Amino acid sequence: MRLKSGLKNSHCICRPAETICVRPAGFLKMTRYLIKKLNAFALLLFLVSISVFSVLFVLPGDPAQIMLGINATPETLANLRRELGLDQPFWTQYLTWMANLLTGKGSRSLNYDMPVYDLILSCMAVTGPMALMAMIFAVIISLPLGIYAARHQNRPADVTVMFFTQLGLATPEFWLGILLILLLSVNLGWFAAGGFPGWRADFWGSLKALLLPAFALGVIRASILTRLTRSSMLEVLREDYVRTAWAKGLRERTVIYVHALRNALIPVLTIMGLQLGQLLAGAIIIENVYYLPGLGRLVFNAIGQRDLPVVRDVVLFMAVAVVVVNFIVDLTYATVDPRIRLE
Amino acid sequence: MTSPLLEILDLSVHFHTPEGIVCAVDRVNIALNSGETIGLVGESGCGKSVTSLAVLGLISSPPGRIAGGSILFDGRNLLALEGDRLRRIRGREISMIFQEPMTSLNPVLPIGRQVAEPLMVHKGFTKKEALELAAEWLDQVKIPAVRRRLNDYPHQLSGGMRQRVMIAMAMVCGPKLLIADEPTTALDVTIQAQILSLMVGLKEKSGMALLLITHDLGVVAQMVSRVMVMYAGQIVEAGGVSDLFDRPFHPYTQGLLRSMPRLGDPGKKRKRLNEIAGSVPLLTERFIGCRFADRCPYTFDLCRLQAPELTDVREGQVARCWLIFQPEKRSLNA
Ligand SMILES: Nc1ncnc2c1ncn2[C@@H]1O[C@H](COP(=O)(O)OP(=O)(O)OP(=O)(O)O)[C@@H](O)[C@H]1O
Ligand SMILES: [Mg+2]
Repeated sequence: MRLKSGLKNSHCICRPAETICVRPAGFLKMTRYLIKKLNAFALLLFLVSISVFSVLFVLPGDPAQIMLGINATPETLANLRRELGLDQPFWTQYLTWMANLLTGKGSRSLNYDMPVYDLILSCMAVTGPMALMAMIFAVIISLPLGIYAARHQNRPADVTVMFFTQLGLATPEFWLGILLILLLSVNLGWFAAGGFPGWRADFWGSLKALLLPAFALGVIRASILTRLTRSSMLEVLREDYVRTAWAKGLRERTVIYVHALRNALIPVLTIMGLQLGQLLAGAIIIENVYYLPGLGRLVFNAIGQRDLPVVRDVVLFMAVAVVVVNFIVDLTYATVDPRIRLE
Repeated sequence: MTSPLLEILDLSVHFHTPEGIVCAVDRVNIALNSGETIGLVGESGCGKSVTSLAVLGLISSPPGRIAGGSILFDGRNLLALEGDRLRRIRGREISMIFQEPMTSLNPVLPIGRQVAEPLMVHKGFTKKEALELAAEWLDQVKIPAVRRRLNDYPHQLSGGMRQRVMIAMAMVCGPKLLIADEPTTALDVTIQAQILSLMVGLKEKSGMALLLITHDLGVVAQMVSRVMVMYAGQIVEAGGVSDLFDRPFHPYTQGLLRSMPRLGDPGKKRKRLNEIAGSVPLLTERFIGCRFADRCPYTFDLCRLQAPELTDVREGQVARCWLIFQPEKRSLNA
C-alpha cells in the first residue's frame, strides 16, 4: 500500500521527456566506427582489384588471338593488341583499367562488343532478385524452425527438424533444382521448366521464373541457418539474462523474440551475410539448370571465350558485392550488439 | 494471527542428471509474513537458489522437477498456477534479484528499457511513461546522472551499478515480496555495504517482505529478524536472529558462526564458510543418517543410522539434530 502511493508521487514529478534520448557520446563512437569500416573497405577493394588483375595478366591465352582466330596474320594481330592496349606494361594496363572504371567509362566486352557495365547490369537483374529471394526463403524457413526446435529441444518436433536439416545439408542444390522442375514443371505444369522472359516483357512471369531456383537455393541455405539458429538459441536460453526476463513476468514472445533472439542472431547474421554474398556472385549450376541469364553464366561463358575484360570486371564486381554485403552485416551487427558499436 | 504472505510447505526439488537424481531441495518449509525479512543461509550448493527459483516457477524442466510440496503466496498455490496467472505474479507481486549482476542483464538492451519493461507488461504504461518511472527508480537506487544513462548498455556499468539496476528493475512494480539471491556476493566489500543499506532503505520505505539469501552470516545479522540455515538441501536450524547468534544449537550453525570474524579483530580477513572441515556431500547419494554426520565433531552411532527431524530446541528455535535428545553426547566428544 505504502509503496503504491510512493510510486504515484514519484510518477508525478515529470521532467522533460526529450532529455531521455540524447546520446552524443554514442553517436560520435558510431561515426568513428563507420569511418574505420569505410577505410578498411577501400583498402580491401584496392587489394582485390590488384590481385584480380595480376591473375588474369599472367594467365595464358591471348584474347587478340582468340578474337581473330588462328588464321590471322601477325600484323593484324599486333594491330589488335595495340588497339586493346595489350602491348602496354602491367602498371599502365592496370591504371588504364582503373581509370576507366572510376570515370564510369568502363571496359567493353570483346565477345559481345558492348560495355561490360550493361552486361553486368542485365545479369544482376536476374541474379540480384534471385539471391534476395533465396535469402528471404532461407530466413523465413530457418528462423521460426530454429527457434521452434530450440524451444522443444530433444522432443519429436526438434528431432524431425534436425532430420530434415541434415537431409538439406546432404542435398546438392542442382539436384533439388532438377527435382523441383520434374515435380512442379513437368508433372504439375505450374512453372515453366526454365528460361527468363525479362522484367520489362513479363514482370510476373520473370518473378515466377526465379521462384523455383530461388527456393532451391534458399532451402539448402536454410538447413545451415536452422541448425545455427537452434544451437545459438539453445545457448542463449540458458543465459542468466533470459532467466531475468522470465522472472520479470514478460510474455513468452517478448522473452523469446526480444531478449533471446536478438542475442542469438549475432552469430547467425555472419553466416547469412556470407551466404548472400556468395549468392550475389551468381549460382552457376542453378543458373544452368534453369537456363537463367545470370551473373554465374556470364562469367562462365566469358572464361570459355577468353573475354578478358568481362571476366576481370565481373570478378571485381563479385568481390565488391561480397565486401558490400559484409559491410552491411557489420553495420547490422552494430545495431544489434551495442558492445560492438560502443567499443 | 493472519496467515503468512509466503508459505513454502514440504518443498522438494529434484534434478534428473546423467549421474542420477539430485535431491537439491528436500522437504523445505519456510514461512514469511508481510513486511518481514528473513535470511536463508548456507554454503555453496546447499539448494538456496533452487528453493528461491522454485517460488517463481523458474526451475527449468527438464532436468528439474518439483517432486513435492506446495508454495502458497497470498492464498494461491504457485505450483498449481499455470501460464499467464503465474506470469502476472512474476515481477509484479514477487520480484527477484540474482547472484550475478554481470550476466543477469541483457547485453543488447538499454538499461532504461530493461527497468521499464515490467511496468509496460504489468501496469499497462506506455513506453514513455514507463521510461519516466524507470528513471525515477534508477535515481532512487542512486545511479548517478540517470537521464544520460537510460540508454546505456549493461557493459558500460560496473558490477555494483548493474546490481542497482537489477534492484530498480525488481522494485518498479512495487512487489509484495522481494527475493534477493546473494545480491552482494559478486561485489567488492565496500560496494556490498552500499547495496545492502540501499536494500534496507527501500524495504523500509515500501513495506515489502524480503527473503534474503546469502552465505554470509554477517549480512544476515544486520538485516533480518529470523534466519533459516540450510545444509545439503534441508533446513537444519531456524530461529530468531539473536537466539541463533547467541545460542546456536546445530553443530553446523556453530561452525558457521565460528568461521565468522569476531568483534575485536577487524584486521583479519573474513573467512569463507567452508572453513568447516570437509565438504558438502553429493546430493545424488541416498542418505540414511544425518547429512552432516561426516563433518560433525559430535557424531555418534545414532547419527549414522537415522535421519533426525526438525525439533523444537526452545521457543521459536528448531534444529535438525540428535543432540536435542542426547545432549550429553556434546560434552563427551568435545
Ligand atoms: N540445472 C541443474 N541441473 C542439475 N543440478 C542442479 C541444477 N541446478 C542446481 N543443481 C544442483 O542443486 C544443488 C543446489 O544448487 P543451488 O544453486 O540451489 O545452490 P546454492 O545454495 O544457491 O549455492 P550458491 O551459494 O553457490 O549459489 C547443487 O548441488 C546443484 O548441483
Ligand atoms: Mg545460488
